[in-house]
Amino acid sequence: MLIRKPTDLRDSDVTPKQMYVNRRRFLTGSAALGAFGALGGAAHGMKLTDAKKTAYNVGDEKVTPLDAITHYNNFYEFGTDKGDPSENAKDFRTSPWTLKVEGAVAKPITLDHDALYKIAPLEERIYRHRCVEAWSIVVPWIGIPLNALLKQAEPTPKAKYVAFESYFDTKQMPRAYGINFPYVEGLRLDEAMHPLTLLALGLYGETLPNQDGAPIRLVVPWKYGFKSIKSLVKIRLVEKQPPTSWNQIASNEYGFYSNVNPQVDHPRWSQAKERRLGEFVKRETLMFNGYSEVASLYTGMDLRKNY
Amino acid sequence: MSKLVGQILGNRWTKVVLFTACLVPILLLAPRLWTLATTGYSPGLTANPIEYITHYTGDWTIRFLLITLSVTPLRKIFNQPKLVRYRRMLGLFAFFYVCLHFLTWFVLDKFFSLPEMWADVIKRRYITVGMLGFAMLLPLAVTSTAGWVRRLGFAKWQRLHRLIYFAALAGVIHYYWLVKSDVRLPLMYFAILAVLMLYRLATRKSTPQRAAVRAATTPNTASLPD
Repeated sequence: MLIRKPTDLRDSDVTPKQMYVNRRRFLTGSAALGAFGALGGAAHGMKLTDAKKTAYNVGDEKVTPLDAITHYNNFYEFGTDKGDPSENAKDFRTSPWTLKVEGAVAKPITLDHDALYKIAPLEERIYRHRCVEAWSIVVPWIGIPLNALLKQAEPTPKAKYVAFESYFDTKQMPRAYGINFPYVEGLRLDEAMHPLTLLALGLYGETLPNQDGAPIRLVVPWKYGFKSIKSLVKIRLVEKQPPTSWNQIASNEYGFYSNVNPQVDHPRWSQAKERRLGEFVKRETLMFNGYSEVASLYTGMDLRKNY
Repeated sequence: MSKLVGQILGNRWTKVVLFTACLVPILLLAPRLWTLATTGYSPGLTANPIEYITHYTGDWTIRFLLITLSVTPLRKIFNQPKLVRYRRMLGLFAFFYVCLHFLTWFVLDKFFSLPEMWADVIKRRYITVGMLGFAMLLPLAVTSTAGWVRRLGFAKWQRLHRLIYFAALAGVIHYYWLVKSDVRLPLMYFAILAVLMLYRLATRKSTPQRAAVRAATTPNTASLPD
């Protein structure tokens, strides 16, 4: 007898029921103690109920538990240890917020906090997320394609690249250390317009936890995690390749492209394998993190040179 | 006060207490490992337990190396000759933690693959220098017994055991080369090591044997013609 595996993950597959139940219990308990406000900004942990399911998923790979996604973060604005952001971002204010789209566009856009959730209909997409440090997670993001926002701004012919900038404020981020701030990132325009490139507003059915880049962040699943810049305040369309934070401090280690590539090692460690959080044996790292549909963006390019 | 410290250092129970204290880092890890083994997740080991344990045991290796290296300066500064009774044990604990560190990496990261391990050793400079440090500690652990001191003779044994200076330096460099950008902790370890080494350098001249050696080998300038 042939037993078929279901190919599409449903919401109930993604989120262990136990987890939702525990979270609800936890939230109720906190509220009862009057500690709810202390959990974070106004928008943190709000349900994003109307996100539509999409075909973007990762087959039979398991989604990483929420606790790992929220307690193992590289977010140097809140400290350089992976456990720091979950501690230090608790009181980060994400409302009010302003996100600007500017530069080589016909219609510059300024969005306030509430407008972020109304750019386009929200979608849930399950993506692999591969850190340059050779660990990875699978995240059920909620967001919108970046191209939906960029199209609204109408890039002019001068727009060849997109420069991104994170929020930075030493008062709210006194433990920031190790790189230049504000954090900046960049993509080529065609990369930014690719349907896979996501602006994430939530994960696991709720608005983004602060430590994961609330209220809005970039997600480029075929590139190393540091390209997916968090807590965005500025998107600027530009003519020349913009500077990027990790490249500024170690250009031999972190290139502008930083596509996930098992054949091109980081100068100090191999990128051939990765440790999926929650798994014991390492996985083989996939070219473009398994998103082979982006390969056409790089035809004719030497990916060893353009690391 | 100094007498009381001397008495405590002379007490045989102090060694037992110190031995237990040296085990605390590993004892702290035990319940977290148990949680990990039984529930599959332990917040105390982060979402990446293997990396956490690797860093944890590596950290403690450097700390124990520095503690071992501070025995002699402390002994001299506070005039507590009995401190030396604890040096071997502290050094062996450094070796104990480096073994755990190495095994975590070899077993849980490389899954016993010798070719993969060797490839890393020759290709990744932070691993090269780390392995070099580990290799230097091996003969020190082996020759740590009183029997070996006798067999080698104290002078030779002491010269051999100066390898710990280079092993500690290798450890600190290994750590420095590993981190991505936040080098505060490796630099702090380096600063402590530098102080401990500078102390040795500064007090070097004063030992009588050396003075004698110097006197015997320095040409007698007084007899040169004007």
